[in-house]
Amino acid sequence: MPLTLTINGAEHDLGAADPDMPLLWALRDLLGLVGTKYGCGVAQCGACTVWLDGNPTRACQLPIGGLEGRAITTIEGLAGDALHPVQEAWLEHDVAQCGYCQAGQIMSAAALLARNPAPDEDSIHAAMAGNLCRCGTYTRVVAAIQSAAKKSVAGSFYDATATQGGEA
Amino acid sequence: MIRTPVTPAQGLDRRSFLKLSGFGLALSGTGILWTPARVRAADGVELNQYIVIRPDGRIQIAAPNPDVGQGVNTSLPMIVAEFLDADWSDVDVVLAPVDASRYGFQFAGGSRSVPDRWEELRLLGATAREMLLQTAAREWSVPRDELTTEPSRVVHGPSGRQASYGELSVQAGQQPVPDASAVPFREASDYRLLGTPVLNTSADAIVRGERLFGIDTVVPDMVYANYVKCPRIGGVVKTANVDAVKQLPGVIDAFVIDGDAGTYTFRFPDGVYVASGVAIVAENTWAAIKARRTLDVEWDFSAASSDDSDTINAAAAKAAEGAGQKELHAGGDVDAAFGDAAITRQAFYQTDFISHAQLEPQSCVASATDDGVEVWTSSQTPTAARTTLAELFGLPETAITVHQVRGGGGFGRRLSNEYVREAALIARRVGRPVKLQWTREDDMAFDYYRSASYFALAGAVTGDGRLLGWRNHVISGSRDGEGANYGAGYSNYNFPTDVVENVRITQTLIDSDTPTGPWRAPVSNVYAFAEQSFLHELALASGRDHRDFLLDALGEERWIKDGDRNALNTTRAKAVIRAVTEAAGWGRSLPQGHGLGLSFFFSHAGHVAEVAEVSVDDERRVRVHKVWVTADVGQVINLSGLENQVQGSVIDGLSAMAAQRITVREGRIEQSNFHEYSLLRINKRPAIEVSFLASGYPPTGAGEPALPPLAPAVCNAIYAASGHRIRSLPISREGFTV
Repeated sequence: MPLTLTINGAEHDLGAADPDMPLLWALRDLLGLVGTKYGCGVAQCGACTVWLDGNPTRACQLPIGGLEGRAITTIEGLAGDALHPVQEAWLEHDVAQCGYCQAGQIMSAAALLARNPAPDEDSIHAAMAGNLCRCGTYTRVVAAIQSAAKKSVAGSFYDATATQGGEA
Repeated sequence: MIRTPVTPAQGLDRRSFLKLSGFGLALSGTGILWTPARVRAADGVELNQYIVIRPDGRIQIAAPNPDVGQGVNTSLPMIVAEFLDADWSDVDVVLAPVDASRYGFQFAGGSRSVPDRWEELRLLGATAREMLLQTAAREWSVPRDELTTEPSRVVHGPSGRQASYGELSVQAGQQPVPDASAVPFREASDYRLLGTPVLNTSADAIVRGERLFGIDTVVPDMVYANYVKCPRIGGVVKTANVDAVKQLPGVIDAFVIDGDAGTYTFRFPDGVYVASGVAIVAENTWAAIKARRTLDVEWDFSAASSDDSDTINAAAAKAAEGAGQKELHAGGDVDAAFGDAAITRQAFYQTDFISHAQLEPQSCVASATDDGVEVWTSSQTPTAARTTLAELFGLPETAITVHQVRGGGGFGRRLSNEYVREAALIARRVGRPVKLQWTREDDMAFDYYRSASYFALAGAVTGDGRLLGWRNHVISGSRDGEGANYGAGYSNYNFPTDVVENVRITQTLIDSDTPTGPWRAPVSNVYAFAEQSFLHELALASGRDHRDFLLDALGEERWIKDGDRNALNTTRAKAVIRAVTEAAGWGRSLPQGHGLGLSFFFSHAGHVAEVAEVSVDDERRVRVHKVWVTADVGQVINLSGLENQVQGSVIDGLSAMAAQRITVREGRIEQSNFHEYSLLRINKRPAIEVSFLASGYPPTGAGEPALPPLAPAVCNAIYAASGHRIRSLPISREGFTV
């Protein structure tokens, strides 16, 4: 069954793969894109967060058979020539401990700021509640998002997200 | 931005520079092994097993212990860099190979990486610096005492002549190793790096989603496996429809492994237990997971666990009615103390089992034949992984190679290596490298749980509010009827046994087969809740302010065992209590429904006090507004990493006490995944304020000691806010929600 997935702007032929396969495992095992992580497989932890047409979604719940024609963005596609402002903020605040959840956190955070450039704390909590951090970096996750939001006024990250389609 | 890439372990052995010269020298009088290869490689000179200096000035520092989020890939190299006097922006950190002859026992646990390695790394860094200074003295024909260093440079003050470490590296490689007594050490007041905030050396790779964790490992010709085990822990395979499974698309093989019957138990280092199960080997992870739906296994339960949580809890409640089967400690005259006391109280405290729930489920990549085994693992004990594989395969350790890879959380879960053994056995049978992937369901079903715990406490207090007597009847799950299961018993933290005059500790064993193991701050993580909550109860009964009662109960200021970092120091204890209560505004008045709670605990060589401010409404909804932590962990290494660890311990402690519980029914774990096992989410985070006391002591670890005080601080605050005393965790059991 022919199947072409568009991931980070590049096309990939997955015609030989099981159409039932969740995008998570296609990314990790078939395409070598391991930034998207497996934490639970039941959309409870958010470690597998990717963008589907710019909207944050859990890749463990997306059978690849239904994804033809959709624009998929993974953590590997977030940085352009420079790191995304959310990634920069993550470094400025030294957010990560083990780091396993952080790609998912960053994808959710960047999607939040694309649609709401100046979120209040409740909006941040609501957008990020699907991303578990077992190490407990939540304090710094929020601080990093608030830092990135302040910089967004300059508009630089609209360019990074605009190419992914969906709502900005 | 500092970019200090950490090389994934699978590349490291192929580097040209790390070759053993064949022997090591013990730096005289230190017992610390110095193993310089003294090989001048194309890309650098290795001064010792931690430091390679390149001609271009890059300084490569090896990180010896597994990093599972506690930050040792940053903190341990920082120690080397400080005493070497290296400019941190010149440093590249690489993962050390797993090699006991060069790095000793490499493990991540007990909050021991920093304190255990402090002397070694300090000395090896300072000795390498001294070699560079002596090299310059020789090369420039100047007296050694006219030379000093600036970061990454040797400087001759009188002439202004300078050279980088890179420029001196080749000659330094030929410099004799100076005697330890001739090596000067920088004073703490002159530290450039230690005590400052330094970015996690893996941060850049993490934010980019680079290949970094055990689960990300890929090797050529690799296939993927799942291993299906008996949901009643300890059962064995009777029959399995492996032929049907083998026909499925993408499946390469399916077979039974005759493992060990009966439940497993935590041993450190490992034994060679392998559970019975069915291996499914496939072309990718999804094909293996999907194939499980077709798999039909008949299990033999005769050796399996029959544990039932209600039965265990009832047995504990029954046991608590008695005084205890066995006496663990007796000091003073407890009966007289309780007879004479103005006030006595008793209370029964308990907690459920909980899971580790580290976000990266277990996995391991293994390649194995009858002659040798090679594995890539995020184990917390890679050295022990080598030993256990050697024993399992009947091979010498020289035939076993273990590569350490970053772990997505440890918390004690990865202190065992059974998933490594499973992967190796599957790989040997298949004849190709295999990535064994545990699903989250496997991870939750086959954990070494934090044990359920039970403490029947009693306290005797004088009329003027002094703690006079203490009884603790510890009720411990036991699988063999002889000793407590791991984490189910009692440890001596010096309080109250070495501080209060009249103390009796007893123990009763009750049947429990469910495997238990180390969970962040073992025993402390449940006992502190009981002890520090009960001390609050006694303070209230005596009418004294809790802080005053606690300070007084700690007795005179002294180090219980002078020079022993694992012994309570009541001077440091009282200092953190005073500091945290001051920071929290202890004693201020709060609105109705709000309360402050205080606790203190000493574990893993760290003295930590915490205050929580909570509010509770009529529906038992708890809001934890803020938590203050004051910790004394001696010399701070990485201020940013340390703060992150302590904040994380508060979140972890709150998460564990709020709604996490593992229950067992007929030997099976009832909770299968995160929809049935609630971890704390970001919207429930308290504000957290952390401070550290500069006490002047050598550095101790920070992965664990800030966790135990959290639960009692919050529960004491819940009492202050609502008048309700919580004596069992998680608080959801009594209808409280965070």
